[in-house]
Amino acid sequence: MPENKSGSPQLRDEDNHNFIPMWLLAELTYACPVQCPYCSNPLQISANRKQELTTEQWIDVLSQARELGAVQLGFSGGEPLVRPDLAVLIQEATSLGFYTNLITSAIGLDAAKIAAFKAAGLNHIQISFQGSNQESNKKFGGTDSFRHKMEMTSEVIRQEIPLGLNFVLHRQNIHQVGEFLETAEVLGAEFVELANTQYYGWAKHNQQGLLPSRKQVEHAERVTNDFRSRHKGNMDVFFVAPDYYDDRPKKCSNGWATTFITVTPEGDVLPCHAAKVIPGLDFPNVKQHKLSDIWRSSDLFNKYRGTSWMVEPCASCPERMIDLGGCRCQALMLTGDAANADPVCSLSPFHDRVTKITDRASGEFDSNEPVPLLFRNMKNAEQFNQDQS
Amino acid sequence: MSSLNLDLDSFAINPQYRFQWEAAQQCHVLLFPEGLVKLSDSAAEILRLCQEPTTLATLLSALEKMFPGVEGLEDDVREFLSDAREQEWITPA
Repeated sequence: MPENKSGSPQLRDEDNHNFIPMWLLAELTYACPVQCPYCSNPLQISANRKQELTTEQWIDVLSQARELGAVQLGFSGGEPLVRPDLAVLIQEATSLGFYTNLITSAIGLDAAKIAAFKAAGLNHIQISFQGSNQESNKKFGGTDSFRHKMEMTSEVIRQEIPLGLNFVLHRQNIHQVGEFLETAEVLGAEFVELANTQYYGWAKHNQQGLLPSRKQVEHAERVTNDFRSRHKGNMDVFFVAPDYYDDRPKKCSNGWATTFITVTPEGDVLPCHAAKVIPGLDFPNVKQHKLSDIWRSSDLFNKYRGTSWMVEPCASCPERMIDLGGCRCQALMLTGDAANADPVCSLSPFHDRVTKITDRASGEFDSNEPVPLLFRNMKNAEQFNQDQS
Repeated sequence: MSSLNLDLDSFAINPQYRFQWEAAQQCHVLLFPEGLVKLSDSAAEILRLCQEPTTLATLLSALEKMFPGVEGLEDDVREFLSDAREQEWITPA
């Protein structure tokens, strides 16, 4: 790997050996056939795939991450199936000792690829659905892919690869939770994640059209709990509520730079996949730096590690070790300073900025007049790129 | 939850899970979709013997040979295996 450090972020001398990046998220490409308006990718994604890491560079990243102790690996994107070298990367990851997870829309998947991935050692597949039926899946994903997703779900089960289904919930589809759970059960899924949208990137831009009311969330939770009690033990269902309705924030990625490491398609290394929204940060890249130097010594990874960066009310808060002040990106987006307490916390002086948003979402959802959503595609991204430059 | 009967059935580590040594963490771990469990030394000693199908009797006799004279071994192993069964770390094999 080249060791050219000119023009790249300054690395600190002090090492930090206490934390192990056990979870590596490999975002193989930003290219994606689905156009989810709730995508957490940055708005400024590039259609130019020439900057993507090569197969050899990814293998080097995997090998370095494994040396640091990474053991869970998620192949993500964009749509990782777009990369023709995916089976090779799975094979390499397996031989390095990773437990490999493929996070996919299933578009581009077929029985032969599933078999090839299985032979390469793939441990787990997560297939995402954008709606609970053909119409809503098409409406929110921008592709007519529902039947194909159903077929691929059955095929993955048939080939006996552990499978989870993921259904991202928002204001305009959260009422379909029951229908989705029924579908998942018929397909024979063992694990279903009902994940409310998290408001980063495209999702933040579309927040007004996506954030459900508290009433909608409570209804969906009730439907989920009813389903669980009716179908005890057959299918594990995990419901992720939107944190805007909590009064304490969620820990950022289990604590900034303690557990997770994300490598973007171009090789930038992030402590969480949304961190690019934070201004004034230099993002070290695997093309210039060793992963171990980035993890242990970069300004980026040390910036919000531990608690010494905290300001009040977090700094003296008795609960600061529980949530570590919440999410830095959310603090930035809603208060203008990433070091502030995550304003989801009711102790934050900026908490009213969250309640203002949730108050606006409190109105009854009218399916006839959905707020227009901006879809995540390269044409719309190009618009953001132009606006920025 | 699995219907595994520890006294009657043979069992092994859930095929969806993987047991391995992690040098960086200096411990054995159990890996599963999107997660991992760090194992204590004693848990790892037991699960190491569950990589192939086994029975409680076989397991106890092997462990008694490895740790002769340890009091309450059977109770500890039973307690761990019941817990492992609840967590689906082990399944009928």
